[in-house]
Amino acid sequence: MNLDSKIPEGPLEQKWDSFKSNMKLINPSNKRKYKILIVGTGLAGASAAASLAELGYQVETFCFQDSPRRAHSIAAQGGINAAKNYQNDGDSIWRLFYDTIKGGDFRSREANVYRLAQMSVKIIDHCVALGVPFAREYGGLLDNRSFGGAQVSRTFYCRGQTGQQLLLGAYSTMARQIAQGRIKSHPRTEMLDLVTIDGRARGIIVRDLQTGKIESHVGDAVVLATGGYGPVFFLSTNAVGCNVTATYRAHKRGALFANPCFTQIHPTCIPVTGDYQSKLTLMSESLRNDGRIWVPKNQGDKRSPDQIPEADRDYFLERKYPSFGNLAPRDISSRAAKEACDAGKGVGEGGRGVYLDFSDAIKRLGENVIRERYGNLFDMYHHITNENPYKVPMRIYPAVHYCMGGLWVDYTLMSNISGLFVLGEANFSDHGANRLGASALMQGLADGYFVAPYTITNYLASTKPGGVGTDHADFKRCENDVNENIKKILSIKGKRSPLSIHREMGKVVWNEVGMARTRQSLTKALQQIPAIREEFWKNVSVPGSGAEMNKGLEYALRVSDFLEFAELLAEDALAREESCGAHFREEYQTEDGEAKRNDQDFAFVSAWEYKGMGNKPVLHKEPLTYDNVHLAVRSYK
Amino acid sequence: MSSFVPIPSSSIGCKFFMGITGLLLIGFVLGHMTGNLLIFMGPEAINEYGEFLQTMGHGVLIWVARIGLVAIFTIHMALAFALRNKNNNARPVPYGADGTIQASWASRHMMLTGIVIFLFLVYHIAHFTVGAIDPDNHKEVIARDIHNKFDIYSMVVKGFQQPLVSGLYILAQLALGLHLSHGAGSWLQSLGLARGWVRKLILPLGYGIAGIIVVGNCSIPVSILLGWVK
Amino acid sequence: MKLTLKVWRQNNPSDSGRFVEYQANNVVPDMSFLEMLDVVNGDLMAQGQEPIAFDHDCREGICGSCSLVINGRAHGPTRGTTCQTYMRNFSDGQTLVIEPWRAKAFPVLRDLVCDRSAFDRITQAGGYISSNVGGAPDGNALPIPKVVADKAMDAAECIGCGACVAACKNASAMLFVSAKVSHLGLLPQGQPERTARVRKMVSQMDKEGFGACTNQYECEAACPKEISADFIARMNGDYLWASVTTEE
Repeated sequence: MNLDSKIPEGPLEQKWDSFKSNMKLINPSNKRKYKILIVGTGLAGASAAASLAELGYQVETFCFQDSPRRAHSIAAQGGINAAKNYQNDGDSIWRLFYDTIKGGDFRSREANVYRLAQMSVKIIDHCVALGVPFAREYGGLLDNRSFGGAQVSRTFYCRGQTGQQLLLGAYSTMARQIAQGRIKSHPRTEMLDLVTIDGRARGIIVRDLQTGKIESHVGDAVVLATGGYGPVFFLSTNAVGCNVTATYRAHKRGALFANPCFTQIHPTCIPVTGDYQSKLTLMSESLRNDGRIWVPKNQGDKRSPDQIPEADRDYFLERKYPSFGNLAPRDISSRAAKEACDAGKGVGEGGRGVYLDFSDAIKRLGENVIRERYGNLFDMYHHITNENPYKVPMRIYPAVHYCMGGLWVDYTLMSNISGLFVLGEANFSDHGANRLGASALMQGLADGYFVAPYTITNYLASTKPGGVGTDHADFKRCENDVNENIKKILSIKGKRSPLSIHREMGKVVWNEVGMARTRQSLTKALQQIPAIREEFWKNVSVPGSGAEMNKGLEYALRVSDFLEFAELLAEDALAREESCGAHFREEYQTEDGEAKRNDQDFAFVSAWEYKGMGNKPVLHKEPLTYDNVHLAVRSYK
Repeated sequence: MSSFVPIPSSSIGCKFFMGITGLLLIGFVLGHMTGNLLIFMGPEAINEYGEFLQTMGHGVLIWVARIGLVAIFTIHMALAFALRNKNNNARPVPYGADGTIQASWASRHMMLTGIVIFLFLVYHIAHFTVGAIDPDNHKEVIARDIHNKFDIYSMVVKGFQQPLVSGLYILAQLALGLHLSHGAGSWLQSLGLARGWVRKLILPLGYGIAGIIVVGNCSIPVSILLGWVK
Repeated sequence: MKLTLKVWRQNNPSDSGRFVEYQANNVVPDMSFLEMLDVVNGDLMAQGQEPIAFDHDCREGICGSCSLVINGRAHGPTRGTTCQTYMRNFSDGQTLVIEPWRAKAFPVLRDLVCDRSAFDRITQAGGYISSNVGGAPDGNALPIPKVVADKAMDAAECIGCGACVAACKNASAMLFVSAKVSHLGLLPQGQPERTARVRKMVSQMDKEGFGACTNQYECEAACPKEISADFIARMNGDYLWASVTTEE
């Protein structure tokens, strides 16, 4: 297979300009003849829908939520990066580019990341124009905060709701296009298949979640902006509705899935408290500035934390990484916590948690200072756990929260299937093996507002609008496949809820393919997952019919895709015999436990091709070349 | 100006006029009470006041005021029924459990207290203005006092010396008080003024005006019943 | 903990619906309300019965999907969304009445799921600033005083869950609409369309069949994001002013 990344010639700084100068255009009066289907209405999908509709295309959007405004982009708290250099602290497009590519542990494309850094500047301008209420300084200018992985302050924010506000901006501008009749929005509608005709993506099969009706939609291009697949681990900080269905079904129709094993773990989440738990809540990493992380020295020490004397405590991060201490990077801190809990020293119910203790900080600075700095986080923790963190140490544990992997796309964000574009978290393109804080929002909006309108126009210019209808044999065949699949699930009438099977699978994926992976654990997962899948197809219980709103069926369909995708994830992790970014293979570490990247053999994008259920997927490699940056070793010393 | 016309057809417009008419009615109620309190200054004061009302503008102005009041009342009530209708339609299926957080009883029963006030009003006009409830007493007013003025003082005193009548008036004043406890502050919101510190006036204003009206108006029948005013 | 649940079950929008009683056993105080329902649903499904349908997604109080009325209170007895309500706020043996948002403008689709697309249509009527991609000036070209930006942000925090409508005895949407009108109306970028926006949004709100504001502030008390009812007064003012000043 030819993995042509289609990166324009010329110096890095001029590649995007060169693309724009050479791209094909479509006459304004002809644009309205083209229809674009956009699946997912988060930052990437909503912004793409709005900007494409503004150009004059007919756009149809689809989302499984009851309104486009509820996509999971809404949950991003921290902020959005932009190389504005408003702070005069030496920021530049080059620095943002370099920080991002280095943060991604050199597993992303130079050209894509550079374009992202260039677009960042325009995002802020446009969002301000849309009325996004960014934080301001007293003089009325935009305020910035600093964020991990950078030495400059370049993060714009709206209190703790940056994702929500940016999405509402995109949603409002999308609403304007809906009112003008240029966008038709289909909420409560889930994509269940991709239709390709003569090698081109020409449409989708969807299920109307309100009526259960299976419908075909035809278009001249299909855009997937369906986000990440975090819930493959069952518990994650993602919304429980996040799923892999759209991208995985596209994968089954020929789209390559790139780097599925690159999933980011966030160290400061509220730990699991019981078997019933459905969701993990992220707390800002800033807590580690003043909190000290520890576990009891002795296995199974059940004393309450205030009863455990200093001598019996293990401040493991301070011990292992004396120079960075509690501020060690996300992946290191996460793995260290896992190690401590694996050794039987974990605290709290279930033993999967470590203390994040503020008592020293409170003694040193006083409760008021701590309240000022972290008051809302402490309140949130108190509300959820019913423990007062001013009195009792917090308990934290790492959790999955972002997926760098996704469908493979070229420079124009088109997958290997012609006419299928993939934007935002759903593609693999910009974050390599690890994403920096405040960069996800930047990517979603860059893709949607500023990249897709150009690249999709360029693609459409070489096609004729229309030409096929939903009565085409390929639509009928896909519709039939979808109907059969639903029928099959409904006919099992077993004894287990989809939730219990999802939870069982998630445990395997988290334990064996989670924070630290080994050949052995991955092999084990590859044996266990098919068995759980078999259990699903034998014993799942989905009552009700397909011809009505059926929340159980929606969920079961998503779980069925996770059950296949989990295997792909493990397969990818097994094939990548190095440690890089968020992917840590225990076999590949330095003597002091740091990730050992292998640029000689693994400086490539893993793009997997589907070969049928039960068959091994085939790995294609897109080599990564670095002409502008030097491949450095990430060091925390 | 073309767009001024549709205001009442919108929910905010309805509430605006509800607030304006309510405010005017509060003005009337306060004025009416102030006049009535003249009874504590003796027969001459209140009878003179009555004479003034009857003869101002050669007897024309009182009719202007009466017609105005009727119009305001009618608008206030018509809007209330229109809003009631709209609001009932907005929630066709009621909740199985009541979970009101902080809305006062009075604010949730404005229609009830409003209707009580209206019925009282009919009675009140029949009682003191037309004289249909107690014709004998009313004739004495027509008979006029020694200064050839309407003898309102005697009419009121004799009227309220009947405990049943006084009781009715006191109950009606309580209904009016409840109605005002919400309405006398709420117009600030409907007119778009209740932001920041102004909003803090809503409750004190509502309860304050309601309190003044209830105490002021009830003081008359109570004093008469207790024999303080004879 | 053991609880008795009286849950509203309704097969589809045209079904009249009814309360059905369920027993929730093995309830743990640290469970969230939705996790408690997950357990009930898991049992129902394992027995081949259809689960109770309810909307939910992020489960961290920000997406605005969850929408249950518990014992007459929108989002339950504590401040915050339904997903951020924990079982420790109830007592062992208690009976809970669980219902969907009830409003003509929010028709029930199934069980506890209602259709809130009326909010989308209100936004489409004018809840935006008309600015195409590509034409924006520099973000700092238009300084906005911090107090103004903060106040706009106060209004913008609305998550569109609809608890204000659910809590209002008139099923009025004034808090939702006023939050959007105020967010955009406070910012200088929003001035050109300010009067048209408020008129169009209010007119759409009325068309959708929401009730009128009755100044009780139940909406404010139920709002998980603590949006202030001051914005309603602000919208009233804006609307009245817009009505007398716009020529159309």
